[in-house]
Amino acid sequence: MSEQIQQEFKSIVFQLQDEEYAIPVQQVGSIERMQHITRVPQTAEFVKGVINLRGVITPIIDLRKRFEMDAAEFTDSTRIIIVYMNELEVGLIVDAAYDVIDIPTEQVEPTPEVIGTVNVDYIEGVAKIDSRLLILLDMEKVLATDEIEQLKSIEG
Amino acid sequence: MNEYLEVFIEESKEHIQALNDNLLVLEKNPTDIGMVNEIFRSAHTLKGMSATMGYQDLANLTHKLENVLDAVRNNQLKVSSEMLDVVFEAVDHLEEMVMDIASGGEGKRNVETVVTKLQAIEAGEDISNASSTQKEVVPSSTQSGSELSSSLDEFELAVLKESEEKNFNIFELNVSLREDCMLKAARVYMVFEILEQEGEVIKSNPLVQDLEEENFEQSFSVLLVSKTDAEVLRQKVLKVSEIEEVLVQPFSLADISAKQQAPQTSSTNGTPTSNESATNNASSSAKESGNVKIGNKTIRVNIDRLDALMNLFEELVIDRGRLEQISLNLKHNELQETVERMSRISGDLQNIILNMRMVPIDQVFNRFPRMVRQLAKDLGKQINLEIIGAETELDRTVIDEIGDPLVHLIRNSLDHGVETPETRTAKGKPAEGSLTLKAYHSGNHVFIEITDDGAGINKEKVINKAISNGIIKEEQASSLTDQQVFELIMASGFSTADKISDVSGRGVGLDVVKNTIESLGGTITIESEQDKGSVFSIQLPLTLSIISVLLVEVQKEKYAVPLSSIIETVVVHKDDIMQAHKKSVIDFRGKVVPLIPLEHVFQVPEQLKQDDYYSIVIVRKGEKMAGLIVDSFIGQQEVVLKSLGEYLSDVFAISGATILGDGQVALIIDSNALVK
Repeated sequence: MSEQIQQEFKSIVFQLQDEEYAIPVQQVGSIERMQHITRVPQTAEFVKGVINLRGVITPIIDLRKRFEMDAAEFTDSTRIIIVYMNELEVGLIVDAAYDVIDIPTEQVEPTPEVIGTVNVDYIEGVAKIDSRLLILLDMEKVLATDEIEQLKSIEG
Repeated sequence: MNEYLEVFIEESKEHIQALNDNLLVLEKNPTDIGMVNEIFRSAHTLKGMSATMGYQDLANLTHKLENVLDAVRNNQLKVSSEMLDVVFEAVDHLEEMVMDIASGGEGKRNVETVVTKLQAIEAGEDISNASSTQKEVVPSSTQSGSELSSSLDEFELAVLKESEEKNFNIFELNVSLREDCMLKAARVYMVFEILEQEGEVIKSNPLVQDLEEENFEQSFSVLLVSKTDAEVLRQKVLKVSEIEEVLVQPFSLADISAKQQAPQTSSTNGTPTSNESATNNASSSAKESGNVKIGNKTIRVNIDRLDALMNLFEELVIDRGRLEQISLNLKHNELQETVERMSRISGDLQNIILNMRMVPIDQVFNRFPRMVRQLAKDLGKQINLEIIGAETELDRTVIDEIGDPLVHLIRNSLDHGVETPETRTAKGKPAEGSLTLKAYHSGNHVFIEITDDGAGINKEKVINKAISNGIIKEEQASSLTDQQVFELIMASGFSTADKISDVSGRGVGLDVVKNTIESLGGTITIESEQDKGSVFSIQLPLTLSIISVLLVEVQKEKYAVPLSSIIETVVVHKDDIMQAHKKSVIDFRGKVVPLIPLEHVFQVPEQLKQDDYYSIVIVRKGEKMAGLIVDSFIGQQEVVLKSLGEYLSDVFAISGATILGDGQVALIIDSNALVK
């Protein structure tokens, strides 16, 4: 039994466009409904702005924009997933978040060369569970700030 | 005993600081016996405290230190620079030990070398002077019996004498524990606790550290100065369980004076006058600190608790804003009155809380004299450090952050600024360089200046270095102002040192200093003149948490402009706007002020059309002014400044954010970035 626990990890599953993505549950603080976002000028395009998350100013990233996908209208199922990563606290806008799933480590495979529209860099691997294909995100790369700096200097 | 640990650590730090400060004073006036007594007092208290808390190593080292100091005040030793080096070294060890205890350690440390040195100092003089008093102090721990009086040293006698004159009672308490007493040390501790509430314990036999280690039979005696009655004392001590008997006897100083007359005269024979003054000094300082203790109604509060209070208060400020808005909308008279009252009260409360968090910058400055002394020695330079305005108060959050940048700047001044004595003499300057550290308030800001009379910044060298490091391009160089050139040394990847030294090396440059200060909402500027010296001035906000702002609307977005940077607000007609070199300007009281349309700067998605009038916020940055064009003014408000977080750490012209009454976020404009 204990062996099995070690070989699985819990993940939050969310949807973006037509694909399903997964983030380890340890990195997730909470899942919030859409709310008013205050725009922050002169930041990277995918930075949607900031929200008041129970007294803490939290930056919000539009994950579709981050992955260079087509923009979509926010709907009732749109969620903000608050993730924590090396001192960073960031909210990700996703189309829907509905599942917590145990992913057996052995099911994780390295990224195939071409997959969807997402830049392969952000992907840690894929896991096939039953008939679902989950894309595991490398949050560190998704939230890499040096890239933001670069973007800024290009804009400036 | 854990609940006392924090107090112990805090007080130990204070005593160590006092040791450092006073030793530096002593170094300048080696004959100041009053100062030696002051230092001795600190060491003595520290020794007692650490022994009580069971930190033997700490107590032992302080004891050795005390011996040296004692020899000094008994004129058996002369204060010399070499001797002070060792003493400072010992103090450094003490500090390390206390730090170790603070971080959960045992306060153990190998101090053999310094102990040997201290003993050598002590012994070296002992041989030449061959005095008896020295020996009297040290072996007192091994003395048996209740002869407390014979082991009293001069200082203790002075305190007793003073107390007697002030009509305090002096008692000798003989406490016997029951034979079946299990935790003798604990009982002793409890007895001391009671006694210290009632007065001051002058001496115990056996010594406190032996009592702590249970190095005694069933009884011990204590010399106590108190205003309490003998019988009351007896009853109180008897309340401690497992105490067999308590004998409280009045203790007369006259008796001991007679007893001690013989050794006293022999030891003070040579220099009766100086010794007398020493006694006076000691007693007067004892009196002073005694007075302070009585009149000083303070309480130590953990900074975490204050932070928690502050956080709660921030929530309250947000709700206050919300209430103000609701009452404004409802226009209900009674509600409005109540809300106004509440706002006023919470405003007062806010002032109190903010004041509670204010600490004198001395807390940061006080470590610099030692540091400068050491650095000057290491670098072979002569430095006179002057500190002005150490009492200037700053918010605790700022204090915590500002230490390291200041250390860096001071190191920088000593390393690169002030020249060696030879160079200075060759330049016709006094061999001793001067370094001034100055703090003062002005408006809502605190200014800290670090001034040296050293070599100043070599502009050409800076420019060449900046070009070779790729910070600027060669063709830019000629167009830079002096100020801009000086600022280059704070660009990342810059260091003016030709070779990396131990002192300011460490792999980081002044860019780190600049970043830290800017992250605190402050600014740093440099003035320098070749061969005359440099001035680094830092401007910091008084507090980081709550600021007054003017809320403005730009299209449908709300922004907050800190009041500290606003001169005033004006509404001008479109026709009054002039064009100068394709830039909009207005005439503001005879001055031409450029306009900055926030809508464009912040790329606000356009929605509304402008009417014929512009609302303009006139802001300043130093001498310069600019007008921010907004759509409307919402009003003045106190807001809680919050950071945008690590992810958005460096957004152009935005210094942070705040939460408005309706729960939404408004960005705070950093107008400094907008005014060029």
